[in-house]
Amino acid sequence: MKTFLILGAGTGGTMVANKMSALLDPQEWRIIIVDREEVHYYQPGFLFIPFGIYSPSDVIKPKRKLLPSSVEVIFSDIELIEPDKNKVSLTNGINIQYDYLVAATGCNIYPQETPGLADNWYKNVFDFYTIEGATKLHEFLEKWQGGRLVLNVAEMPIKCPVAPLEFIMLADWYFHKRGMRDKVELVYATPLPGAFTKPICSIMLADVLKGKHITVVPEFNIMEVDNTKQVIRSYDEAEVPYDVLVSIPINKGAEVIKNSGMGDSLNFIPANKHTLQTEKWPNVFIIGDAGNLPASKAVSVAHFMLDILVENILSHMKGQEMRASFDGHANCYVETGFNKAVLIDFNYEVEPLPGLFPLPVVGPFTLVRESRVNHWGKLAFKWIYWNMLLKGIEIPTVHSHMSMSGKEQVSAKYSFGL
Amino acid sequence: MTNPILASLKLDAEGFMTDKSQWTKEIAEAIAKQEGLESLTESHWKIIDFCRKTGEQTGKAPTLRTITDGAGVTTKELFALFPKGPAKKVAKIAGLGKPEGCV
Repeated sequence: MKTFLILGAGTGGTMVANKMSALLDPQEWRIIIVDREEVHYYQPGFLFIPFGIYSPSDVIKPKRKLLPSSVEVIFSDIELIEPDKNKVSLTNGINIQYDYLVAATGCNIYPQETPGLADNWYKNVFDFYTIEGATKLHEFLEKWQGGRLVLNVAEMPIKCPVAPLEFIMLADWYFHKRGMRDKVELVYATPLPGAFTKPICSIMLADVLKGKHITVVPEFNIMEVDNTKQVIRSYDEAEVPYDVLVSIPINKGAEVIKNSGMGDSLNFIPANKHTLQTEKWPNVFIIGDAGNLPASKAVSVAHFMLDILVENILSHMKGQEMRASFDGHANCYVETGFNKAVLIDFNYEVEPLPGLFPLPVVGPFTLVRESRVNHWGKLAFKWIYWNMLLKGIEIPTVHSHMSMSGKEQVSAKYSFGL
Repeated sequence: MTNPILASLKLDAEGFMTDKSQWTKEIAEAIAKQEGLESLTESHWKIIDFCRKTGEQTGKAPTLRTITDGAGVTTKELFALFPKGPAKKVAKIAGLGKPEGCV
């Protein structure tokens, strides 16, 4: 009997378990998945919790129910991965010898890495990347009388690079709805040179933010939080004062990746950006945030990796060449508030372009431009996530590889006025 | 006034050199000036050389963390040498592409 081991039962690991259990012969293979937590979080839903749009019950399901009964599920922390010995030791004392390993260990926030950031944690400094943070922030905002809300991204890369933008735009909508927008100043301090990572989109989003009276402080690289003075300070000594600080702390891969000597300086595992195989170990693959690929750390990206990953693993098992190639495809609905959203679709080579998605002329979704239909797409995604995506069921019209269909050919040079 | 050295360079939309073979120390000095650096000191060159070496080895511009871990400077010192976005700024001066941390 051979062992197919998956570490992490988040979005990536769950999808792989579901897909592989349908493809591997149960007489020949046993599939094991390990995770420390029994609860699965719909992480894209965390964004809506601070504003009372979702409650925690919208984003939680038991992990066991999302996995096929043929898959062995072990709830435990991982002590050590020894890829040179094909061995994983768990903190509950179990040792697993594997034939193939998929690292789906994800990434998490590390507020303790920025001096001062963790000192007033959940008093007037919050995150919304965890269920605790999102819930505590909701409680705080419900009672807040107004002031200066500063949103800060500590360092790139972060999970879901559009989430900070969505947060600040939803905050604008939320305070409008509560009739206190005039009492709130909204500031977005980011290490990026503009609103977003990709040029055309950045320019278009900058306009949207301006229209909502949201101040962007670009190229702000946080060095420390001064809790006494209530300012965040950058490495070049610039200060941004706040009454409430919403932080996206430094994102890093799992500690066990570091302890096992498998990661880079941020605990991400070096992997081939096209095949998804790790650089060092041919029988170890990555999905989602666990790897160091220059792609967005987002559900859609993990989903687009899935078919590529599975095809390559099956080829590798047969001793064949791995032909499937991941193109870095990401597809993100960006909430802009007031029941509207922008949709962006891009990959390693092509930045988000305006147009219609998935079909030219009829769309119905609008790329890089705000529309109501995009907002409904975003909300429908929760149902799709629980009922189709995690199970590895194909979502019609949305494919692993990015398509140029419906996209307008705008050049960055043109929009930069260069 | 644009330096004539820069006029002949092949650049992408964000100002990164696309033909690495064009790079010279004079070009680095000229790009640095355009990026707002008065002159390149020995400390600057130590970082630039490290980034070029990493670039040759990996084919990628190093991220901020790779630079601080590998070149023996603190983040604070790096920001003093290359204000605002050091990783991006050094990559530009060193004739490398955009660091992949920015996705």
